[in-house]
Amino acid sequence: MFGMVATSVAHKTADFAQRRRWIVGGVIVVVGLLALWFFAIQVPADELSKYRFSGGGDAVQLPVVELPTAATNWILSLLLIGFGVYHLVRGLTNSAVLFGVIAFLLLAIFLTWSIRGASLNLTGLMESTLIRSIPFLLGALSGIMCERSGIINIAIEGMMLTAAFVSVIVGALTGNLWIALVAGVLSGALIAGVHAVFSIQFKVDQIISGTVINIFAVGLTNFLNLRWLTTNQELNNSGVFAKVPIPFLADIPVLGTILFNQIALVYIALILMFAVNFLLYKTRWGLRTRAVGEHPKAADTLGVNVFKIRYVNVILAGMLAALGGAFLTLGSVGRFDKLMTNGRGFIALAAMIFGNWNPFGSFGASLLFGFMDSLQLKLQILTSVIPSEILLMAPYLATMIVLAGVVGRVRPPAAEGIPYEKQ
Amino acid sequence: MPPILELRGITKRFPGVLANDHIDLTLNQGEIHALLGENGAGKSTLMNVLYGLYHPDEGEILVRGNPIRMTGPRDAIAQGIGMVHQHFMLIPVFTVTENVMLGDESITNGVVLDRKKVAREIRELSTKYGLEVNPDLYIKDLSVGVQQRVEIIKLLYRKADILILDEPTAVLTPQEADDLFQVLRNLKARGNSIIFITHKLREVLELADRITVLRLGKVVGSADPQSATSAELARMMVGRSVILSVDKEPAQPKAVTLAVQDLVVRDERQNIAVNGVSFQVHAGEVLGIAGVQGNGQTELAQALTGLRKVESGQVTILGEDTTHANPRKISELRVAHVPEDRQADGLVLNFPVEDNLVLNEYYRPPFAKGIVMNFDAIQTAAEERVREFDVRTPSIFVNAGNLSGGNQQKVIVAREFSRDIALLIASQPTRGLDVGSIEYIHKRIIEKRDAGVAVLLVSNELDEIMSLSDRVAVMFKGEIIDTVNAAETTKEALGLLMAGVHEPGASPQPQTPNAQAETLDEIA
Amino acid sequence: MAEAAATANPKNSSAPAPNSFNLRRLLDAITIPALSILTAFLLSGFVIAFTSPEVLALLPQFWQHPVELLTTMLKTVLTAYAALLQGAFGDWGAILQGFQVWLTTGNSTELLRALRDPFESLVAATPYIYTGLAVAVGFKGGLFNIGVEGQLFAGAIASAWVGFNIEGLPWFLHLPLALIAGILAGAVWAGIAGVLKATRGVNEVINTIMLNYIMFLFTDWLLSDGGPMRGNAGAPRTPEIYPSAYLPRVLPDPVRFHWGFFLAIGAVFFVYWLLWKTTVGFEIRTVGASPTAAKYAGIAVGKVFVLAMGLSGGLAGLAGANELLGLNHYMVAAFSPGYGFDAIALALLGKSNPFGVLAAALLFGALRNGATRMQSLATVPVDIISVMQALIIAFIAAPEIVRWLYRLKRPAQHEQEVFARGWGA
Repeated sequence: MFGMVATSVAHKTADFAQRRRWIVGGVIVVVGLLALWFFAIQVPADELSKYRFSGGGDAVQLPVVELPTAATNWILSLLLIGFGVYHLVRGLTNSAVLFGVIAFLLLAIFLTWSIRGASLNLTGLMESTLIRSIPFLLGALSGIMCERSGIINIAIEGMMLTAAFVSVIVGALTGNLWIALVAGVLSGALIAGVHAVFSIQFKVDQIISGTVINIFAVGLTNFLNLRWLTTNQELNNSGVFAKVPIPFLADIPVLGTILFNQIALVYIALILMFAVNFLLYKTRWGLRTRAVGEHPKAADTLGVNVFKIRYVNVILAGMLAALGGAFLTLGSVGRFDKLMTNGRGFIALAAMIFGNWNPFGSFGASLLFGFMDSLQLKLQILTSVIPSEILLMAPYLATMIVLAGVVGRVRPPAAEGIPYEKQ
Repeated sequence: MPPILELRGITKRFPGVLANDHIDLTLNQGEIHALLGENGAGKSTLMNVLYGLYHPDEGEILVRGNPIRMTGPRDAIAQGIGMVHQHFMLIPVFTVTENVMLGDESITNGVVLDRKKVAREIRELSTKYGLEVNPDLYIKDLSVGVQQRVEIIKLLYRKADILILDEPTAVLTPQEADDLFQVLRNLKARGNSIIFITHKLREVLELADRITVLRLGKVVGSADPQSATSAELARMMVGRSVILSVDKEPAQPKAVTLAVQDLVVRDERQNIAVNGVSFQVHAGEVLGIAGVQGNGQTELAQALTGLRKVESGQVTILGEDTTHANPRKISELRVAHVPEDRQADGLVLNFPVEDNLVLNEYYRPPFAKGIVMNFDAIQTAAEERVREFDVRTPSIFVNAGNLSGGNQQKVIVAREFSRDIALLIASQPTRGLDVGSIEYIHKRIIEKRDAGVAVLLVSNELDEIMSLSDRVAVMFKGEIIDTVNAAETTKEALGLLMAGVHEPGASPQPQTPNAQAETLDEIA
Repeated sequence: MAEAAATANPKNSSAPAPNSFNLRRLLDAITIPALSILTAFLLSGFVIAFTSPEVLALLPQFWQHPVELLTTMLKTVLTAYAALLQGAFGDWGAILQGFQVWLTTGNSTELLRALRDPFESLVAATPYIYTGLAVAVGFKGGLFNIGVEGQLFAGAIASAWVGFNIEGLPWFLHLPLALIAGILAGAVWAGIAGVLKATRGVNEVINTIMLNYIMFLFTDWLLSDGGPMRGNAGAPRTPEIYPSAYLPRVLPDPVRFHWGFFLAIGAVFFVYWLLWKTTVGFEIRTVGASPTAAKYAGIAVGKVFVLAMGLSGGLAGLAGANELLGLNHYMVAAFSPGYGFDAIALALLGKSNPFGVLAAALLFGALRNGATRMQSLATVPVDIISVMQALIIAFIAAPEIVRWLYRLKRPAQHEQEVFARGWGA
């Protein structure tokens, strides 16, 4: 769908690459100087930022790390400036490293400054980051499966919303969360099947098909929510999955809390990330999927069934998005609320683009966006000059910036959005 | 022994067209069978039927004497049939190995792709047949010639022994074409059978064991390359004896209209496509730009008309510097452009003919006053242009996409030639057209020349270059390696130049006996 | 298919002058939309019936009382649709009676109360006209503006700002100023996506989606506690605008019908004129139909992308300004029920033709207004309208389904719609 990026930008690439390095390097240095001024120099020297690593109820209480706010941010800002200078002079080709380092340093500076005179449970923040990133990850994996085969998926939001709704009702009716999960996943497959029939069979513009699904999902869930759930509250209570601590691993301080004491869906999502990566790059199906997403005609002439590959991928994509939707209900609140996905499907889309249609990259983006999401909640409690809404904008802004190719470069599958015509 | 492949009465219809009309064709084990025909004769359709991409409406296909039902390429591959398409079927962001294995993957441990094994097989095949290629490189980093080798390896990897090559030399330099012929002879020697599709007579006579000629979807005859002459083949291909030469007076060149100095232009991949080209075109003459496709001619024409950025150098039109001018500015300097890709650039297919006839004048009086358009004036002009240029259309309100290729081109010619112009830049003005349309457009171009217009003609067809040009500049690898007087040169001389062979001082001698036959080479 | 089109015998295709009136063509043009709407109504009827508690209660006894079940279903649907129609078009008996009372006694209260419903449909149609035009203009320029909702917010915010910050201007200055602010804000917000497409080649779809969410969050922030545009009221909303910036009402209370509707009709004519009668429109349509040919024809394609996007966003911004200046007179976060998203359906339904969009907007306005009545009278949630809209878009976008359902023949000349082609290629 972003085919234009490749063609019309190409002729500007040569001069732009160098210019971009200067711009990006310059911006990093300027941002570093600003950070130095606002978050280090302006801070009284005796203020402390306290990072805690244990919650109140934890068995093992780790020591609290007390950092002098100003001094810490002096060091971090100088590191950032130094990094910017390095990029200006030498140029970094690996945009993932570039991003990772900038994001880490900036967030660390900002966080240290935000909690000056107060304390923050870093382990808790990390854990909530991971949990909040899971729906983004699953949504992004859905986007990847679909778009790698050449079908645009802007219907992640609608698929998630439908599955969230269906899984709650089925959970309430059966009292079995696993059946609820399966029902949710199947509803996602069904919705995705509609997307597949429209885009593949009827060759409807894939954006329109996706929009139809989103409008339909919003309309139907709102409708049924009002018609059924508001009058029968007992239908809107599925219960939630319990945490499944992994023996031994869960007892590791910090890491165990973050990674190994979660509900099963978190583990499933992480396993699925590896699975999708393996599928795409190591298996026959993945090779064919990517071929169909790049040049379906070439695949067709080699006997690959383009339609079959696309159908299966779109339906699998629907199931992945549905898992993300079910996670919002069965994995967290156990009830359905009107419009509860609240744009998460589109953040997942952003994470997919940000991660360059790659599972691990998208997970990185999901973590970043999940972190922003958790952070704004924490900062609402702390005093902060930066309103939470601005932090919540970050995923959307970041996506626009990468798409513009100012920092980093993403390349969508070449045949994306173009219906395949078999003669 | 039955022929390895036999087509009987193959018929394929498209809405309004009979693309293949009861075609019979046989291919014997270990022969190279050339399928010759003009563009639109039905060669590619027939091969797509054979490869299972199209389903024939009638007829049957026999492989090794057994009737076969093709439902898709998979069936063709299973029968040992492989095809190199005119437009390569390669995925640029995949490696050679991945492209080769796609659809017929080697697997280890039950599910994992075995890239190493395939890479090894590719290396074996490439030494065996002299198809040098590195299996670990990405397709996007390979030259066109190497990409074609990958296509052939794809077939051999699938153990195909019936190979179909659709216009394989169109994108190759003469040297690359020679290399390809060597590979094909090598393949033949090892027992493979080859169908070679082309419209170039020289290639057929050089390579083929047997020749079948198609015209308008029918087999019109076959020939033995030992005894056939180019003239005979051309006559069969076109349906009448063809002298594609235009009656014209010697040119009367006047002042310089277009001057190009040290022009450098890059292509999409940022490679230098035009490398320091300088030439001039005078009012009242036709300068032909000859060359094998892909030697910078396309980029040159685009740069001159403002469609492509100029890296360095200077372009002057009627004394004005247009190096970095946009298409509108250039058009307003009385420059007409017949673009290479008529469907993408020259026409808006979903717009009616009338709008297409004023596509670059819509904003000027009498077609518009301020921003308000005058549709009465547009209709009047359109009717007039349709009549004058003999555009066959039911009305000027029909979408341009519904016209035939020849009439589409006439719409463009009508639009460009109706204006008051000083310079005409025509890129491949007759590609893919029927002979009648070709003659018509050639006549019009010469009329313009005689009216004092400077004409820059870019064409891959040597024949067109020879018959229209007063001077010929030959492009090779982005440079003009020589400019010759059309009247004093021969096709062989130009062919050598196109291949990059340039011996200064050795002016070519016309070889009278052969010349006439050779003029017919590379028709259509 | 391209091959077939290129070689089809042109003599077979009848092609009258585009501006000559032809009943057959008109019928052909409205068959699919009309059947799409009908089918959407039928399917939504099933949804209404099968989600009704009464019907669900009867469902287990289907074999004992099949007739009762069917009549209950029918009754449920008919009650709902009757309420919908009454809400949409008003109670004409009451109107006539009110008219009589007014004529005899001079008391207009009853008449005005009866007139509220039908006029409320026009009030609901007004923003639809603008947003439908916004999407249609984008389509004509080959752009998919999915960000109309965000641009609508931008327009509302800007006109609210002008509305409550500037005091003492006469209405003939204040109102246009507020409208222009709305147009500009929408145009700029959409223009960002246009500029990114023109300069960096980024597809506008993702960018307009992202811009939507940025604008929603921005609005939340403006209206949040301590936010820059938060009014004094306890709720998250702006202060009220001054009456000098109001779009005046046409009739007295309780009829909310205001002059914004006529402005919208003006916009329909303006967009039609611009697209089909001017060089600007020719350029937009050329770029939309073939960017490469447009470049060849000397059209500055990038500029046209920005212009078309800006025009589209300006119309969307006008929709926001219209709602704010004509109805609410202050900004709340939830002031639009999704006018910008429904607009995609409108543009498709109206085939991107301004008058088609107008017809579609009147229909959707009536539906949305009627649905409110349906919710209160028949307890059928108003969101069934979104389901209906989704179904309508689906059928319009895939006419094969409709043709198959009603056994229609394929049209002789395949008309390629701007939205049905592969894009981004």
